[in-house]
Amino acid sequence: MEKLKLTVMKKGTEAEAPCCCGPSCEPEGGGDLPRWITGTLSTPAGTVQTVSTELSAPDRWEHVKCRISSFRTRYTVAPGLYAVGKPVADSDVFVSANYKLSFDALRSSLVDLNAWLLVLDTKGINVWCAAGKGTFGTDELIRRITGTCLEKVVSHKRIIVPQLGAPGVSAHGVKQKTGFRVSYGPVRAKDIPAYCASGHKATPEMRTVKFPLMDRLVLTPMEINPAMEKFPLYALIVLFVFGLQPDGIIFRDAFYGGLPFIILGLIAVIAGAFVTPLLLPFVPFRSFALKGWLMGMLATFLPLQYAGLVGQPDTLLRIAAYAFFPTASSYIALQFTGSTTFTGMSGVKKELKIALPVYAVFGGISLLLIIAYKLQQWRLL
Amino acid sequence: MKYISNVVTLEFTPDKCTGCGRCIEVCPHCVFVITDKKASVADRDSCMECGACMNNCAFDAIKVNAGVGCAAAIINGMITGGPPSCDCSGDSGTCC
Repeated sequence: MEKLKLTVMKKGTEAEAPCCCGPSCEPEGGGDLPRWITGTLSTPAGTVQTVSTELSAPDRWEHVKCRISSFRTRYTVAPGLYAVGKPVADSDVFVSANYKLSFDALRSSLVDLNAWLLVLDTKGINVWCAAGKGTFGTDELIRRITGTCLEKVVSHKRIIVPQLGAPGVSAHGVKQKTGFRVSYGPVRAKDIPAYCASGHKATPEMRTVKFPLMDRLVLTPMEINPAMEKFPLYALIVLFVFGLQPDGIIFRDAFYGGLPFIILGLIAVIAGAFVTPLLLPFVPFRSFALKGWLMGMLATFLPLQYAGLVGQPDTLLRIAAYAFFPTASSYIALQFTGSTTFTGMSGVKKELKIALPVYAVFGGISLLLIIAYKLQQWRLL
Repeated sequence: MKYISNVVTLEFTPDKCTGCGRCIEVCPHCVFVITDKKASVADRDSCMECGACMNNCAFDAIKVNAGVGCAAAIINGMITGGPPSCDCSGDSGTCC
């Protein structure tokens, strides 16, 4: 498959090649075809591969892997033109990104439809993010329209771009350069059959982005993972600080003293990276930093108050915990702004302008309290 | 769900608007409405500054300081001194 992709991509980008049908040009060398390719179709511009509208069990398993690991960074399809069903010269053309998850969302929504799929090279990034970066953009769309000789494949001048591709695409720019008129399709690929049935009209409902519980839930692993990557370092520092005594590192002190702070750290990560995103609409405040701080405060208060994680006499440690862990949750929750469907740059900038200095102050206070605690423990204070 | 109010940089010039409706077609948060054959901003605070309306307005009637609303990207930009970037296109792409 890798070999096929390489030869094919090379063909697709051949300079000055007057006409090439993108990835589906003559599969070569007997390389393994991706399992979702069902055959080929002859067009006036060359051979085009047809794709299945069914998601297989391996496809679904790969989708899970995309959500939980870096597998998604190499989950791509070769850019170019594909076909679904038995499209003819008058069939619709749908544009997608070459992130396989985006491509799969599109093809699996086209059951019983006959259509052309034009896949842009977005470097394996989904439509919306790639549009924000401009890789799903006017230039790339023009390049693919001309590179696949779309005007020979279809007899019309209509092209349907996903609505979330609009931040990167200038419809009038595409029209000017290629003659193709961009219509923006619905936000969600699953609405495409209804969109087609109604004569390419999207209802306001189809045009609106939402952010329901399930959408938020599937994003949380990628909030938890980056935070947990830093966790071993945090745990090591905690063990070192608690273990450090005037006569060396005492493992018993490191373990018994450090364990509550390691547990509170884990809870703070869960509060910021999982609970806040999940309960997003129900947590008070619009600011993500405040939402995260509130959840972090609860996540610190409950174990400290009711589970007796840190003994009552250690007042300095308790105050340090209240200063540090809600702040950590707040910072982690603020990262979720990158995954939501409604946060804008100006708002995040405003949050950061206030939050970053506050984080620094609270971080400094926690550090000073821990130092004071150690000095007290060593009877130097 | 709405984000922080009164921060959006969206600017709309009604004089240039022809009422073509492209902004309504592309906006994922129903920020615009058409009244009397012209667009107008109906829900400014819902704007997420994606830039779709500006990019698709053939009459230059919309301006917005578009960018990613992502804390990691903005912090990246602060550190490197460049524009906000979450490095989505890199091999190491870790967000979005």
